[in-house]
Amino acid sequence: MSAGYMKKIRGAVISLFVLAAQPAWAEYGLNMPEGVTPLSRNIYDLHMLIFYICCVIAAVVFGVMFWSIFRHRKSRGVKAAQFHHNTTVEIIWTAIPMLILVLMAIPATKSLILIESTGDSDLTIKVTGHQWRWHYQYIEEDFGFFSSLAPESNEARQLKSGIDPGEIENYLLEVDNPVVVPVNTKIRFMTTASDVIHAWWVPALGWKRDSIPGFINESWAIIEEEGTYRGQCAELCGRDHAFMPIVLKAVSEDEYYDWAGDMMVAVMDAEAGADREWAMDELMERGEQVYSTFCVACHQVNGMGIPGAFKPLVGSPVTTGPLDGHIDTVMNGVAGTAMAPFGMQLNDVDVASVITYERNSWGNDLGDLVQPSMIAERR
Amino acid sequence: MSYAETHEHHHDDHDHKPTGLGRWLFSTNHKDIGTMYLVFALIMFFIGGAMAMVVRAELFQPGMQYVDPQFFNAMTTMHALVMIFGVIMPAGVGLANWMVPMMIGAPDMALPRMNNMSFWILPFAFTMLLATFFMEGGAPAGGWTMYPPLITQLGDGFPFLIFTVHFLGVSSIMGAINIIATIFNMRAPGMGFMQLPLFVWTWIITAFLLIASMPVLAGAVTMLLTDKYFGTSFFIAAGGGDPVMFQHIFWFFGHPEVYILILPAFGIVSQIIPTFSRKPLFGYESMVYATAAIAFLSFFVWAHHMFTVGMPLAGELFFMYATMSIAVPTGVKVFNWIATMWRGAMTFETPMLFALSFVFLFSIGGFSGLMLGITPADFQYHDTYFVVAHFHYVLVTGALFALMGGAYFWLPKWTGHMYDEKLGQLHFWLSVISVNVLFFPQHFLGLAGMPRRIPDYAVQFTEWNMISSVGGFVFGISQLLFVWVIIKCIREGKKADEQVWEGARGLEWTLPSPPPFHTFTIPPKVDEATAHS
Repeated sequence: MSAGYMKKIRGAVISLFVLAAQPAWAEYGLNMPEGVTPLSRNIYDLHMLIFYICCVIAAVVFGVMFWSIFRHRKSRGVKAAQFHHNTTVEIIWTAIPMLILVLMAIPATKSLILIESTGDSDLTIKVTGHQWRWHYQYIEEDFGFFSSLAPESNEARQLKSGIDPGEIENYLLEVDNPVVVPVNTKIRFMTTASDVIHAWWVPALGWKRDSIPGFINESWAIIEEEGTYRGQCAELCGRDHAFMPIVLKAVSEDEYYDWAGDMMVAVMDAEAGADREWAMDELMERGEQVYSTFCVACHQVNGMGIPGAFKPLVGSPVTTGPLDGHIDTVMNGVAGTAMAPFGMQLNDVDVASVITYERNSWGNDLGDLVQPSMIAERR
Repeated sequence: MSYAETHEHHHDDHDHKPTGLGRWLFSTNHKDIGTMYLVFALIMFFIGGAMAMVVRAELFQPGMQYVDPQFFNAMTTMHALVMIFGVIMPAGVGLANWMVPMMIGAPDMALPRMNNMSFWILPFAFTMLLATFFMEGGAPAGGWTMYPPLITQLGDGFPFLIFTVHFLGVSSIMGAINIIATIFNMRAPGMGFMQLPLFVWTWIITAFLLIASMPVLAGAVTMLLTDKYFGTSFFIAAGGGDPVMFQHIFWFFGHPEVYILILPAFGIVSQIIPTFSRKPLFGYESMVYATAAIAFLSFFVWAHHMFTVGMPLAGELFFMYATMSIAVPTGVKVFNWIATMWRGAMTFETPMLFALSFVFLFSIGGFSGLMLGITPADFQYHDTYFVVAHFHYVLVTGALFALMGGAYFWLPKWTGHMYDEKLGQLHFWLSVISVNVLFFPQHFLGLAGMPRRIPDYAVQFTEWNMISSVGGFVFGISQLLFVWVIIKCIREGKKADEQVWEGARGLEWTLPSPPPFHTFTIPPKVDEATAHS
């Protein structure tokens, strides 16, 4: 265990016993963040209101209980009373909680109506959960991209990686492509999923929403402060559930339009070259990139998979068998397993290159060269 | 009227108790079957606990140190399945087997052979479930809630999971039918429904919940099975199905299920508190009605487990109001327990300590439950460690603590020996302190943004996870002491008398400790003094 951890442990032990050291607690996060949207503040206020009401009730109820425990004990020589019924108090302690609940329900109802008012948005982003990354589609501008765990975090989170997570900035909360939005704009998020159920959650926005295959859920946010806000998938979605974070960058409107322009160009670049012949080295290089983004989580860097959970690609009947079968598996997935239909996520060049890479790596040496045009034919 | 007076002419010493393995394999005796249920629950408690230790070890610090994420998910999933279906439920049924006939003056359960079968299904069902660890694809890792489509990605273990659930359902339903048949038909003369001890009442209601909800679960998992193997698309969106429908069906079972876990605990606590307060239970009738109200309402609140799936506003409002309303009867129960203590003459033996900590800590779980029921706030809390903290407060310091209190309470009756009071209290204090170190910080983690069911986390969550893990290890080790107390009690505890506890009232305390193999072969007469406490 590194020195950093010894320090953390010491910190943890100290904070456990020194309850009075108030300022030291702030950095650990004790409470819900207030967030940066009207909704998140509304929810925060509601949370605090209910919490305080609970505290008052607890103080009264537990107060009576401990008073009784201290006063009405046999060792003090008291004699037990034998009363066992009183309809009046039963009615009182049924009615008072009801009243308190009605008082709680009023602000909660108002808040809920506000949350569900998703109309009149200026920008719509479709968020699609995949095992295990997010895809963002900007509906009005018509471009989209994948957002995956940043490579530094991904390296450090491997079993027994030997890398101290404390050394990595924003460990597990950093992505390659953050989702960028303008501030002070009503953004509508439409969440869905391609394989299993995920949940898109940025605490600073105040809510999470399940992203479910076959469903489109709507939520909204008006972000009032520029900044970078981080979140995670909140619904168990398989092996790498912990490793598909969300990074949301709220920027000024001008910055946003610059970024969106760049993204549209970048998306066009990525799709370029689908109609030309590719050389082996080009395909292998591109294939390795695609593999290390989309395939490595299950099939591993060495192509050996994880015994009992994910199949190996080395010498497997798919990667060393007929090419058609291999293309079919990658494009259409395998039903009832974690093997997703990647034909929907990847463009022709990506599919062609990753198949070429798989058939010519880790000792697989079929020499096959798959051209993007072969993939286009099968679409 | 004491047991000896009515049974003078009887020869309980010669009651032909079978011997050897056959005594247990073919048992139709409610006491032996109760013992088997309790021992089984205790064994499973350590198996499920070992899985929790793996979880807490991996979460001790950020980074992946010990297990693959897939195995971690299997640990959380199997921990839940084992603890719910293998520990809390069988322990509750075990107590019902032992105590219900003795409390209502019946010679045995109404359907003794079925009783044998409903127990013996369990070891086979769990062997099947645990065997999935050694199968291609590993043990279930999609969460105990088995949400599709994720759960259908499970490998060869999948059908074994489904059939395990079927078996557990069959076992539970048979147990429930037996309990209802016993209580409805075999009460001693003079014991009306409103004279039943509250533990018996909570079991009537629990049994009806079981019969109503377990078939729903069986239906849901059968649909999963046909979706994976027989080409149906109940829950597959691409085939026109609806993945959210599974969640609705599952939680229509699942919410009554949480009351199946907690109502017997309410019953136990309602026996212990009057005994050690030396005062009758306050508001007996309102306790019965509150329990029934909780059970009734439990069928109308299921969707609060899934507020974030995207329901229409009207649905969200309905389930929020219904959920909040459960706080009323639950509050009534807590107030009645406290009113029972009020102006009593309390002593604090181990069962009472567990019961008091139950009232205190279960209430904390109740408060966080109320917070979770507020839909807008749930959009933040949902699927975070705040939820994990909440349900461990109600299930560990709630259900489990009550069961342990019950075990200490009735151990002298079962074995005829007192347990070691000092060791029992040591077990209590170690448990109650460590369990709070374990679960209280998880409230903070959840509010600060840590999702549940993750094997690795961002570094700002390190401190609270370390504290929580330390609490977990201490809690885990402390439970070995419980086993030692039981063994010591059986082997060398000092002799217990009939009454055992000064304030104990009810038929079970008129029997010798330990009770003979067959009791109440002649029904006792019930009067005010021997009826409920």
